[in-house]
Amino acid sequence: MCLGIPAQIVEIVDPEAKTAKAEIGGVRRIVSCALLEGEAQLGEWVLVHVGFALDRIDEEQAAETLQLLSDMGEAYERELASIRASEGAA
Amino acid sequence: MRYLDEFRSGELARALTAELAEAMPAGRELALMEVCGGHTHAIYKHGIDELLPPGLELVHGPGCPVCVIPVGRVDDAVSLALEPNVVFTTFGDMLRVPGSKGSLLDARSRGADVRMVYSPLDALELARANPEREVVFFAIGFETTAPSTAITLLQARAKGVSNFSVFCNHVTITPPLKAILDAPELRLDGLIAPGHVSAVIGSRPYDFIAADYGRPVVVAGFEPLDILQSVLMLVRQLAAGRAEVENQYTRVVRRDGNPRALEAIEQTMELRDSFEWRGLGSIPKSGLRLRTEFADWDAERRYEVPGISVPDHKACQCGQVLRGLVKPWECKVFGTACTPERPIGTCMVSSEGACAAYYHYGRNRPKRGKIQA
Repeated sequence: MCLGIPAQIVEIVDPEAKTAKAEIGGVRRIVSCALLEGEAQLGEWVLVHVGFALDRIDEEQAAETLQLLSDMGEAYERELASIRASEGAA
Repeated sequence: MRYLDEFRSGELARALTAELAEAMPAGRELALMEVCGGHTHAIYKHGIDELLPPGLELVHGPGCPVCVIPVGRVDDAVSLALEPNVVFTTFGDMLRVPGSKGSLLDARSRGADVRMVYSPLDALELARANPEREVVFFAIGFETTAPSTAITLLQARAKGVSNFSVFCNHVTITPPLKAILDAPELRLDGLIAPGHVSAVIGSRPYDFIAADYGRPVVVAGFEPLDILQSVLMLVRQLAAGRAEVENQYTRVVRRDGNPRALEAIEQTMELRDSFEWRGLGSIPKSGLRLRTEFADWDAERRYEVPGISVPDHKACQCGQVLRGLVKPWECKVFGTACTPERPIGTCMVSSEGACAAYYHYGRNRPKRGKIQA
């Protein structure tokens, strides 16, 4: 119900009625873009919930979160590597 | 970027789990509530509960829109569906929810025209295509879904569609959280706040939880790494003695939410004095109804509904599950008399219900105990 799924705008259907076609997990359907600020743009990613683009997905913020996560992963790998390299390792 | 796979890396999940074990304050047991049923579903689906360090427990919250609808409102829906000439439209999840005189599916077998829709706009379209019928839409859901109903109502008015009406059961998220935090029987250390409700309302409405209750809150996305990172953010706050509202889901959620969505709700709906919740009883100012300007599209004004409060099935413990007091497998009828095929309570019907999620993904895994208050 409260599920929102990332989808990409693949066609602007009616700018007046604020409808666009979005591709959601391989399926295309018309969504309302009435909740978005400004007009929907081809290729942009939105979060779709019950036939509405609830909001845009901020690419910069997504990249930042991923960077944070991957830095954490690298720190973990380095830690593991140093444990493996340490004298006490079996 | 596809915004799904990137947030599902097993390698990064392991790294996060290790960070989490390290961040746990020594000798403390922590209980964190994941408020949203979407999170509950993801936690069981990806086995996140099994990755957590000892002493850290996730408690399921009330954020499942189907689950919180009380029996009386289901009865009202069934009564509307049985009205002559009505096409009753609903999200699929509500079809099998049992009322005191059966579910909407049962009503269909008794001759009611009950149809499943994906979007309220589909219901409006059905009304335009069938001007001789009366189409009623069963509107349920938190602030995530309310804007969709609101925009649909605005379109119905703009296009003069008079054979369309809404049975409004929209609810708001903060009143039940306050009710849970005020209840003496559950000790919660922090809250994982719902990501998609927050896309609409923003993170600001949770400030009272940090300020008045001294509990940290993290707004979380729905992928496994989002949830693990949010848990880590909460544990770090708790270890440092902080209680703040933080936002992990920055790619979607802003501090003040989506102003267009809030405006659409404001234009079409207003708070009821009180609304009954399954398991939580009547909570003041927690449910939405249509404004009088939209009386022509309000099913509760256009039809007589019973409007009677009906107690839950005696064997059902959904109410306690929704308040985080009982784990799905601790309910006496879980997986025996109550299954997704023949549910007794709502938590077993909706995919976001804790019982259904646990039944589908976790029923064969070893059960973990709950933390006592």
